Amino acid sequence: MVMKQPAEKLSVQELIAQSRSKRSKKVVEKIMPILLFITALISVLTTFGIVFTLIFETIEFFTKVSVIDFLFGTEWLPFSGKEPMYGILPLILGTLKVTFIAVLVAVPLGIAAAIFLSEYASDRTRRLIKPVLEVLAGIPTIVYGFFALTFVTPVLQEIIPGLKIFNALSPGIVVGIMILPMIASLSEDAMTSVPNAMREGALALGSTKLEVAIKIVLPAALSGILASVVLAVSRAIGETMIVSLAGGATPKFDFNVTDSIQTMTAYIVQVSTGDAGYGTTIYYSIYSVGFTLFLFTLLMNLLAHFISKRFREEY
Amino acid sequence: MVKYVDHVQVVKRMNGRLVVNKMFKIVFLLATLFALAALGVLVYRMFDQGWGYLSADFITNFASRFPEKAGIKAALIGSMWLMVVVAPISLLLGVGTAIYLEEYAKQNRLNDFIRMNISNLAGVPSIVFGLLGLTIFVRSLALGKSVLAAGLTMSLLILPVIIVAAQEAIRAVPKELREASYGMGATKWQTILKVVLPSAVPGILTGSILALSRAVGETAPLVVLGIPVIVHFLPNGILSEFTALPMQIFDWAKRPQEEFQYVAAAGILVLMTFLVILNSIAVFIRNKFQNRY
Repeated sequence: MVMKQPAEKLSVQELIAQSRSKRSKKVVEKIMPILLFITALISVLTTFGIVFTLIFETIEFFTKVSVIDFLFGTEWLPFSGKEPMYGILPLILGTLKVTFIAVLVAVPLGIAAAIFLSEYASDRTRRLIKPVLEVLAGIPTIVYGFFALTFVTPVLQEIIPGLKIFNALSPGIVVGIMILPMIASLSEDAMTSVPNAMREGALALGSTKLEVAIKIVLPAALSGILASVVLAVSRAIGETMIVSLAGGATPKFDFNVTDSIQTMTAYIVQVSTGDAGYGTTIYYSIYSVGFTLFLFTLLMNLLAHFISKRFREEY
Repeated sequence: MVKYVDHVQVVKRMNGRLVVNKMFKIVFLLATLFALAALGVLVYRMFDQGWGYLSADFITNFASRFPEKAGIKAALIGSMWLMVVVAPISLLLGVGTAIYLEEYAKQNRLNDFIRMNISNLAGVPSIVFGLLGLTIFVRSLALGKSVLAAGLTMSLLILPVIIVAAQEAIRAVPKELREASYGMGATKWQTILKVVLPSAVPGILTGSILALSRAVGETAPLVVLGIPVIVHFLPNGILSEFTALPMQIFDWAKRPQEEFQYVAAAGILVLMTFLVILNSIAVFIRNKFQNRY
């Protein structure tokens, strides 16, 4: 066999030494980590940008409206010309109403679907159903909003005669459908990571599959399931388009779900699509509402993080 | 026989337990089917309402006050412009961050903070990103309601998703490949550029395209930025004003006339087709180029 020889006969060692000694290469090796670190800092800067933007504009808002009125006022009437009222509680309550209904829909269904996928379904069924859940999770929220307004609300009106066109029930149910895939797939991940030996032990003692699922797998996967629920709640709180289209624009401080409501996110949308000028109290109010919203979701995300760190069972 | 287990009692209760097991299996199955049914009804509704309004004119017309003349041209082209801005920015930042975290970052407080920060950023509602974009890009940097301002906002929004996808793809490259590269005398950056990244590209692309499709469907930040809806021109650059598919659908869905509901459904069909194409590309890349070690 004839081997091709390089023009100059150099050993590999010499080739490496030659290549190492190039100055440009050394510079690249030094600069790249720094450049990459700078790109990593952009994500940190984004967080700082969000926090500072919200804080500065909210402070501006509080020079016009008292903090006490904002935090404890039960009337949100920014557009009333004579005496505008800025009490955030009705907006928070609107958000919580929708979130509560969404959780009622999504948590039982999501966990049940997760149990089915992880404990009962065959490999083939699972491979068939999981992509559908992914598709459901990828549908834009504007589509869900349109669906809530033009399909779910009319159907619900047939069942509940007193239901208004804009209400908390319909967007609540649809937000529930939106967060269902998230709960199902994260909970399923948590359940699948429970070792099979535990299931087999219980089965060998004569348990049925249901007993294994409820008494062995659920408790073992509880931290993951709880974390998925908390993350889903955070998503529901920040959901915007569904509640803007189907929830209405009347902030109310009551527990009625059949009447028009307004959530924090829907208020920001209402002002953004309206013609409130830059620098007006109404303009700054969207930042104070956004800041409140941000704090709510931040709290939820930290809670989810804490749950999955603190209560994780290691096998 | 064990003394304390009453065999007769066990057999008697077994049937009941098995029936309960069967019943709950059906309950769990129904819960799963509910999600599938919801998707089915949703897709059927959109076709049922929108199909009649979907035509060549609908794609090539600008928005209009009259439902029968309304078209989606400006929004469709606008969404493509948005992608042209979002894709390179978010990929560059996302992959750069992922390489730093996976290949260079040491285990210290600062890097832990960066990681923690990324996971928190992923949980920030999209409308809050809109407020950030409004203050920083639209007003402070005076970019106006341009493709660039919206593109930068959307890039930051999907950045965490791309970082996580790229991190997973980079982590999946086996250690042996890197070691072989170092063994041949390659430097760290050479190894990353010529060994790690090429193997990770399919995973990175799949995750990034999925993230990009999220940016295409996202409405809330655009609403807050004040992106206009009645646009009768096409953008001629990244500093030009524009509108996007979800904004246009939002505007139609809000209108009281019933015909506009059908126009909105037709718009949703266009948007969903756009997303299906993007997702198919992602799935194709995943199946075709995925390396298995």
